[in-house]
Amino acid sequence: MDGDSDQVFKALADPTRRHLLDRLFERDGRTLNELEAELEMTRFGVMKHLRVLEDAGLVVVRRSGREKLHFLNPVPIRLIHDRWIDKFTERRASALVDLKKELDES
Amino acid sequence: MTTTRATQASTAQVYQIFIKASPDAIWEAITKPEFSARYFYGSRVETTGEPGTPFRYHSPDGTSLWGDETVLESDPPRRLVVTWRSLYDPRLADEPASRVTWQIEPQDGGICLLTVVHDRLEDAPRTAENVSGPGWMLVLSGLKTILETGSGLRDS
Repeated sequence: MDGDSDQVFKALADPTRRHLLDRLFERDGRTLNELEAELEMTRFGVMKHLRVLEDAGLVVVRRSGREKLHFLNPVPIRLIHDRWIDKFTERRASALVDLKKELDES
Repeated sequence: MTTTRATQASTAQVYQIFIKASPDAIWEAITKPEFSARYFYGSRVETTGEPGTPFRYHSPDGTSLWGDETVLESDPPRRLVVTWRSLYDPRLADEPASRVTWQIEPQDGGICLLTVVHDRLEDAPRTAENVSGPGWMLVLSGLKTILETGSGLRDS
């Protein structure tokens, strides 16, 4: 993941993987079984997506006894934020977000 | 959009970052006040890195302690384990101590993988929420920036 934001962007460019990150954001340190239970997907499919997230550094796997727990590592997203959001005027970006919100709501 | 983390508090948080620096340089950045002041919200760290000795974070103005903890384990420049209480916020200060592990693993190409595990948070849910997300992220991305560019994120 060092200097390789390509992997992070690619990992994020998939709805299932974003869904997995959202689940881990809500509650961290989950097993494959828990994550699998919330997705209509084969165990193999979930594992494949988790592997992509792991390779991009967005998910860190730690052993706890016999279990493998999956943790969200938000740091690569922060680095993209620093690189791609801070750089361009945040004010302009947030004005557009506000505009989108207003349009979405109306 | 929600920005706060974990309604069901997790008992551990894990943060990882690759840094282009030597293990010694990263160890220094963790344990030397002149570094911590530039990435740890202005706080100056005080530690000898010896197990059983104090591990403190002084507030930027030096008048109070943000952290008054103990080194649990130390294996320079690879592993440092300290207790953690968030004394900078009275709502958090009286929660039981949690634990922070800094782990530095050298990789190929002059790069190290720095992992921060903040655990034993079972009985410290407010602390868990406070340090999650931007809390540790800002510290780690700031640490990386300082080591790789020589200047802090908030320097200008």
